[in-house]
Amino acid sequence: MISLINALPGAVAQGLIWGIMAIGVYITYRILDIADLTVDGSLCTGGAVCIMLMLSGQNVWVAMFGALLAGMVSGLATGILHTFMGIPAILAGILTQLGLYSINLKTMGKANQAINVDKYDLLVSLRFIKNVPIFKNTILLVAVIIVVLIAVLYWFFGTELGCSLRATGCNDKMARAQGINTDFCRVLGLMISNGLVALSGALLCQYQGFADINMGRGAIVIGLAAVIIGEAIFGKIFRNFGLRLLGVAFGSIVYYLVLQLVIWMGIDTDLLKLLSAAVVAVFLAIPTWKSRYFSKVG
Amino acid sequence: MLEARNIMKTFNKGTVNEKQALRGVNLTLNDGDFVTVIGGNGAGKSTFLNAIAGVWPIDEGQIMIEGKDITRLPEHKRAAFLGRVFQDPMTGTAATMGIEENLALAFRRGARRTLKAGITNTERALYEDKLSKLGLGLQSRMTSKVGLLSGGQRQALTLLMATLKQPKLLLLDEHTAALDPKTARKVLDLTQEIVNERHLTALMVTHNMKDAIQIGNRLIMMHEGRIIYDVAGEEKKALHVEDLLRKFEEASGEKFANDRMMLAK
Repeated sequence: MISLINALPGAVAQGLIWGIMAIGVYITYRILDIADLTVDGSLCTGGAVCIMLMLSGQNVWVAMFGALLAGMVSGLATGILHTFMGIPAILAGILTQLGLYSINLKTMGKANQAINVDKYDLLVSLRFIKNVPIFKNTILLVAVIIVVLIAVLYWFFGTELGCSLRATGCNDKMARAQGINTDFCRVLGLMISNGLVALSGALLCQYQGFADINMGRGAIVIGLAAVIIGEAIFGKIFRNFGLRLLGVAFGSIVYYLVLQLVIWMGIDTDLLKLLSAAVVAVFLAIPTWKSRYFSKVG
Repeated sequence: MLEARNIMKTFNKGTVNEKQALRGVNLTLNDGDFVTVIGGNGAGKSTFLNAIAGVWPIDEGQIMIEGKDITRLPEHKRAAFLGRVFQDPMTGTAATMGIEENLALAFRRGARRTLKAGITNTERALYEDKLSKLGLGLQSRMTSKVGLLSGGQRQALTLLMATLKQPKLLLLDEHTAALDPKTARKVLDLTQEIVNERHLTALMVTHNMKDAIQIGNRLIMMHEGRIIYDVAGEEKKALHVEDLLRKFEEASGEKFANDRMMLAK
């Protein structure tokens, strides 16, 4: 029990960091109505760019900004494949993701790059969770970053441009009839989403002290899990758009807490991804099942 | 106003499903023309409206609006000149967005979307006023999601959205066909009111021959991708449904075979 309680702050920190990625997934999956698989690659891209920039002596903020930009470029690639080249969104994401594997390897020079928390001035780390001054505390820092990001997104999706993105995702025929360039909106949405995902990757690599070529594997599933859990638990009370995003971040934390609990209960950790996939599959099926087997009329 | 010259469109060219939907449509609309469009199934009525709206590129021909060639403009750019209402009430609005948000989207038709606020309080007052004129009580539900509205309410809202910014041409693609008769009548009355009040130029596809005769100042009949009959003014007003059926048989050389249209007379 003690070991579980000791592991909880770490789980919260990880959940928060992945929460940023989950917010990125929310933008494509819920707002644009696209299942964007780019994230499995762009998460690592963010980590790789961040760590290489830091190792080359750049400031952590510069490195994170670089990661954000790299993520946006990956989103741009998927967006162009999807709109200009007319490739279905899922396939476009898979193509970018595959291409990014090589790019990430070339960026890092090898499959894994470590960064030493004692030698570099990292913003977050698993060492900064307990026994550090409050302003250095990873949980608090990431929480502040999330609140700032949500505030910016809340503002953006209330602007003319943000509204046209929402309209595109909701009804693209209507959007075009109202003069909205739906292709542009999709590309922009994919860029914002993958920028956030890469930013999350940049924080994650600092947190764990290394970037790994496989760090994004299954990221989309974790993102979807966070979105679904967030909506299931907080959907009824969080109606406002900003609060919904917060709900997604909470969903991510819950996901990691549950994960920690399952590990503590002694599950073979090799099975974790299978478990995640199964849980997300069931949750994705619920709306269908509800309408098919539990409709009031039948 | 609108000038369509020799518009051709074939779908699925070179396959077994090849369909010559438009075979040289020519039409010139004058300012303020309110034209009803009738014709059997597959006559090319909706296809013609979609060609004007730019849903896909046409194979041949030219489309001009007020002397400006829009043949190669993408759909979202043509939207600056066009107001559109569709047959399916779901198509014209964004269901997960609020009534006022939908109106705000329409209010910016033809303008660049910037990082300014998506909706302002001055606009809200305008929308409230416009909505109350619809007489559906929507002005008190401005923030409600459009998905909660009935089909008739959604069509009325779409009509309002299509005309919020004065369109050079209003395209109504059987916009009352999916509604029950009473609601359809209401939306149709509203359409006439708006078109007359704002002096709009409009093309309205309908299956109801009586409506086609009574509404507007001009009527065109399409058959197999062409306009086979074009009548305006007094001559149009004097028409009867039987005349239209006869015209159709004369022009096409076949019996009128469209249940929906027969029932609607």
